[in-house]
Amino acid sequence: MANQKLKKATPTMQKYQQFAKAREPARPILRNLTVAFVVGGLICVLGQAIQDLFIHVFGFSQKDAGNPTVAVLIALTAMATGLGVFDKFARWAGAGTAVPVTGFANSMVSAAMEYRTEGFVLGVAGNMFKLAGSVIVWGVVSAFFIALIRTLLVIGR
Amino acid sequence: MLVGYQSWAFPKNPMILSTAVIGGPMEGRGPLADDFDLLHSDLRMQQKSWEQAERMLLDETCAKAIEKAGLSKDNITFFIAGDLMNQIISSSFAARTLSMPYLGIFGACSTSMEGLALASLMIDADSALYVMTGTVSHNAAAEKHYRYPTEYGAQKPPTAQWTVTAGGAAIIAANDGSGNHPVVTRATVGRVVDMGLTDPFNMGAAMAPAAFDTLVSHFRDFDLPYDYYDLIITGDLGKVGHRILLDLCEQHDVPIPRDRFADAGMMVYGDIPDVWSGGSGCGCSASVAYGYVQRRLREGSLKRVLMVATGALLSPISYQQKDTIPCIAHAAAMERIEGSQSS
Repeated sequence: MANQKLKKATPTMQKYQQFAKAREPARPILRNLTVAFVVGGLICVLGQAIQDLFIHVFGFSQKDAGNPTVAVLIALTAMATGLGVFDKFARWAGAGTAVPVTGFANSMVSAAMEYRTEGFVLGVAGNMFKLAGSVIVWGVVSAFFIALIRTLLVIGR
Repeated sequence: MLVGYQSWAFPKNPMILSTAVIGGPMEGRGPLADDFDLLHSDLRMQQKSWEQAERMLLDETCAKAIEKAGLSKDNITFFIAGDLMNQIISSSFAARTLSMPYLGIFGACSTSMEGLALASLMIDADSALYVMTGTVSHNAAAEKHYRYPTEYGAQKPPTAQWTVTAGGAAIIAANDGSGNHPVVTRATVGRVVDMGLTDPFNMGAAMAPAAFDTLVSHFRDFDLPYDYYDLIITGDLGKVGHRILLDLCEQHDVPIPRDRFADAGMMVYGDIPDVWSGGSGCGCSASVAYGYVQRRLREGSLKRVLMVATGALLSPISYQQKDTIPCIAHAAAMERIEGSQSS
């Protein structure tokens, strides 16, 4: 697509695009990656701590402790989103908060809050998955194909 | 009166009778806070939705402009307004409240100068007694409409811009010869320029060529010396677009002195780091033109100002469909002419 566009662009346009590109501040990639790595890692540490809490204090098995752990992280994110602090933190942390389940929870809660003004049915329900929907759809689709490949490999063996 | 290819001269010097600018919390933190008539500390402005807040902001701004002009709303012949929402609802709903004969316009962030040029044209042609022109933008309403839900945490690139929460309105009237008010002397209507850029988080670079095109056309049509204006303020190019525009001028040998350039997107927030490249939105150029510039023209610290408001004419659908961003810029010259007589 991008290549097609470039082919269609006149030489003047291409020249300007290069001209403008040279004057754009670069994205602070190294900084973003470092912060994302550290914050994402810390969220995982927090998740691990919650899981250990469920295992050692509430007597869950390691397998069973997974679901309540995720639920706690989602609840924490939902609260932080509702209080209006999550977006500020996420703007700083970038992929560090977007990749773990916190990013998914934030995308749903923020959309639900934003469209509350359009009512519960057309607003909240209709738009809640506006951002999260793509994650669910492509998550399910890729899970299907991975499962299909695994099944074929198992049969082939 | 048509001058050159795409410009209007206003020989009767229609005057800016009054202006009003009302902003939100973020604008209060910026260096232009004193130039606002009123600043809201609550982004929601006690309304039920962001859209209603934006609408209320325009209502309020228009009421303030009418009050400052010492008029009542029955005196206004026409109301020209535009905004960034779908079907320009903020403007149309404000026109409903005002119940004035109304023309809705859309020029994205260039709406302020599009409105001012049209209003001045009407007054100069004796086609109206008083014309009010206004525009508005609201940060959260624009985020919701063009980008993500306001509470969604997303990291934006340094080329992104922060939509200004502000309404700006001006009332234009025939020159009374007193010289007490700034006048609108010229306007240049811009062409749509599209250099094939597609990134909605880098509108400064997309809009800079449109600003350059209008600027060059303005000086060509009127054959003005390049140092005629004390200040040339471009719409909301931000740091990125401003730098590109200056370099474009240099590259194409347009010898406008560099220190005469300013950009509304950079002025409105100064050094606040949260706004990335600077401010944007209809309210950005409107608040600078009707707040900062008006105040300085009235004080006398500025005499001739050319405002080149730039707009990116994209929609959320067009960029999702990978279309490029068409851009436009409209210019209007505001001057202080001492003891000016209407000819």
